Amino acid sequence: MDSFRDKIVPVSVIVAAILVVWYVAAIFMNAPYQRELNARAHVTPDLGAFIGQTWAQRKPTLPAPHQIAENFFKNTFLVKITSRRSLVYNSWVTLSSTMAGFASGTLLGILIAVGIVHVPVLDRSLMPWIIASQTIPILAIAPMVVVVFAAIGITGLIPKALISTYLSFFPVAVGMVKGLRSPDILHLDLMHTYNASKVQAFWKLRVPASMPFLFTSMKVAVAASLVGAIVAELPTGAVAGIGAKLLAGSYYSQTIDMWSALVAGSVVAVLLVATVGVVGRFVELRMGARP
Amino acid sequence: MRHLAWQSVLALVLCLAGAAMLPLADAVSALPFTVGQTAAVELLLLASVFVSVSGINPLGGAIFLFLAVHIAAFTLVGGIAGNEGGARLSFFLLLAAAWLLAWRLNVLISGLKAGSRGARNFQRLIVPTLFGVWILILWEGITRGAGVPFVLLPPPTSIAVRFANSLPILGADLVQTVFKAVVAGYVIGCGAGFIVAILADRVPFLRKGMLPIGNVVSALPIIGIAPIMVMWFGFDWPSKAAVVVVMTFFPMLVNTVAGLAASGHMERDLMRTYASNYWQTLFKLRLPAAAPFIFNALKINSTLALIGAIVAEFFGTPIVGMGFRISTEVGRMNIDMVWAEIAVAAIAGSIFYGVVALVERAVTFWHPSVRGG
Amino acid sequence: MNVSAAAASANDVGRGAATMSSGQTVVSARGLSLVFDTNDGPVNALADIDLDVGKGEFVSFIGPSGCGKTTFLRVIADLEKPTAGTISVNGMTPQQAREKRAYGYVFQAAGLFPWRTIERNVTLPLEIMGYSRAERAERLHRTLELVNLTGFEKKFPWQLSGGMQQRASIARALAFDADLLLMDEPFGALDEIVRDHLNSQLLELWARTTKTICFVTHSIPEAVYLSTKIVVMSPRPGRVTDVIQSTLPKERPLDIRETPEFLEIAHRVRDGLRAGHSYED
Repeated sequence: MDSFRDKIVPVSVIVAAILVVWYVAAIFMNAPYQRELNARAHVTPDLGAFIGQTWAQRKPTLPAPHQIAENFFKNTFLVKITSRRSLVYNSWVTLSSTMAGFASGTLLGILIAVGIVHVPVLDRSLMPWIIASQTIPILAIAPMVVVVFAAIGITGLIPKALISTYLSFFPVAVGMVKGLRSPDILHLDLMHTYNASKVQAFWKLRVPASMPFLFTSMKVAVAASLVGAIVAELPTGAVAGIGAKLLAGSYYSQTIDMWSALVAGSVVAVLLVATVGVVGRFVELRMGARP
Repeated sequence: MRHLAWQSVLALVLCLAGAAMLPLADAVSALPFTVGQTAAVELLLLASVFVSVSGINPLGGAIFLFLAVHIAAFTLVGGIAGNEGGARLSFFLLLAAAWLLAWRLNVLISGLKAGSRGARNFQRLIVPTLFGVWILILWEGITRGAGVPFVLLPPPTSIAVRFANSLPILGADLVQTVFKAVVAGYVIGCGAGFIVAILADRVPFLRKGMLPIGNVVSALPIIGIAPIMVMWFGFDWPSKAAVVVVMTFFPMLVNTVAGLAASGHMERDLMRTYASNYWQTLFKLRLPAAAPFIFNALKINSTLALIGAIVAEFFGTPIVGMGFRISTEVGRMNIDMVWAEIAVAAIAGSIFYGVVALVERAVTFWHPSVRGG
Repeated sequence: MNVSAAAASANDVGRGAATMSSGQTVVSARGLSLVFDTNDGPVNALADIDLDVGKGEFVSFIGPSGCGKTTFLRVIADLEKPTAGTISVNGMTPQQAREKRAYGYVFQAAGLFPWRTIERNVTLPLEIMGYSRAERAERLHRTLELVNLTGFEKKFPWQLSGGMQQRASIARALAFDADLLLMDEPFGALDEIVRDHLNSQLLELWARTTKTICFVTHSIPEAVYLSTKIVVMSPRPGRVTDVIQSTLPKERPLDIRETPEFLEIAHRVRDGLRAGHSYED
């Protein structure tokens, strides 16, 4: 099988290599503290035992992969889902505001793109700003949005979702403008010869032609949405969510907790992007793309 | 085009309604609008409505509209300063009328046939600029007119005042975050990504393994490693630079590998017929062909790097830096300072991106996307 | 309203060659000029064209690139606006004719929508023109039969060869039964063998219907083989240098191309083209 030789084997080998490097790095990074501990306890373990110790600290500088995996497994499957410690619960908190923000951001982006494509003044006045705003670190306003909303009594999902909306709307708007403008001149001429109305040209030509662009930009947008939701959880000392877990971990030096929160965030990211990808692929296949 | 534009008609209705509901504002503390000012605003707006529908001399009309609408708008916005929260409905109606006329002005300018290249460029610039200026005018008018609490949304003028009064602090933050953390992290991250990409290109096995991993990692919320980096590298800028390194590494890797595969088969066969060796082919054909991809990564990374450095500062810094300033001033409810800092971030981001884009234009002048303007 | 008109003309199918030169003019151009404003100054794409296309004629436009043959077709189709002169299509302005859906246009590339099956590509104009579902199915069946594509309804464009795609795009232009067919180098991108085949199929189709066809090409044999009238054009400025009435019979097997009569006409076309060129030098 081609995909086996060309993909699975190389990827597994490199992942394995990364794990080996990780374990070795863990030894060296955790060694100083372990030596200190051992000196205080007046024990001198042999090398093998010492290495074992560096992979089993409670608050290691760099936790060994199996420690993270253990923690992740425990907090995902063994802890009750309603518990504060549960990664499922925390991921759900982040995921819900990500999804809310992503949905509204995508909708907003599509609406603005439709406006830009059909109203020349909007194209001329708004488009340069949308492009320019992609070059600025918008994420910096996250803490302000959260705090300002908290000041008027709105907390929880809405301010986080708002930041996600804001972050996901730009890529979708830009992608959709490109997509709605992507039809060939030939196809536009064809619609012209049919004396098709603007609405007909929109639904029968521009919308289908823009689908690949929409899904490509939605993949970017959903990842940005998640980052927005996580960062929005940082400044308020939010009670739950992946960002809150990270922050709590960094306060109490619970490195293993931090790493497993990171893993949870990555799992959510991969699931989100993959879902968008699968939906996009499904739509493409329905629209007759080459399998 | 001599039909009545809806913006002009609506503006006329708003003008008349506004006139019926004078005065513009209740005096809160300072001088409210004088009768003369109020009359001037009404007259300017009515004249603008007339000019905008008359269709006489498009260019002259546009210039008149520009002057009249903006004098009216600045009179409105200027008069309300000091009377925060005192605006009455007629104030907002007239402000809305002015805004609609400015919109109409933008439509007119877009419709002008620019003769020379310079005029066309000016036209391309003035339309979005007016749009941006009007966002500020409305922001100012609404926040001051309705007396929006300062902690929610300060008016742009007070942000500007705060900006001007805090230049030393903002400058120090800029140096700490951009010139130390971002630049160091960006250079190391992009450099490492580039070198690994070349390495991966030499060793196909490595490429096959790295590319899927790189693609997956690019979608992950890498920013989350910030607290870990702060633990490892301390509070000062190296920890932020480390976050930036990780964030910029993967986009560079993935794009460079894709770019190195971008040169055509025909060109590569040509190099083969010259018996050119790997490095000659790399430097004479494949790297130039990859340049658009590499610059794409450099541009994406310019934004990512700033985000990484600023967000990493939310997790702990010495008492300087843009992220530090934003998070502490938010805590103290000094929202105008936060906006000033965001303005700095926006300017820094645009300049950073602009510099990369300029270098790109110089290097990839042959690429269709550059030639096409 | 125009639906019923189109349906009425559908019943005319098969009236055959009798109407070939009934004297009715479909396209009539007088003093037609078109100047493009480009960055390098104005370009005279068409200069002072006088031309009539009669009902039922098969007219080929031939000439080197830049002679304005495609531009002329696009003016008929209201895809370009002339800068001087007059042109009428079915006695109307091109815009009115377009709004009445008076013609079908076949582009150089098949230009099928990649996200639609052949079936839904062919019925696209019918959807836009508001035909009922039943009518669409009936017309689809008929037009696909006309271009020999029956059985490929559910395929997507990429599953078909280039020649079949082009046939599908002809079916799309035929689906709404316009009397006028505008074809812009429809077979230009195909290889010679496929092209021969499609040429004879096109002739057959033209014989079975009563369409007027305007056909742009840069192949002399193709023009001579297909046409009842050949319009030779030359560039800078784009103009008509010769109009040749074909003396070939209506029945044209492929090997007619070796007859002296055929070669004679081809020779005249070549002379016309050469004359156009010497003008330029």
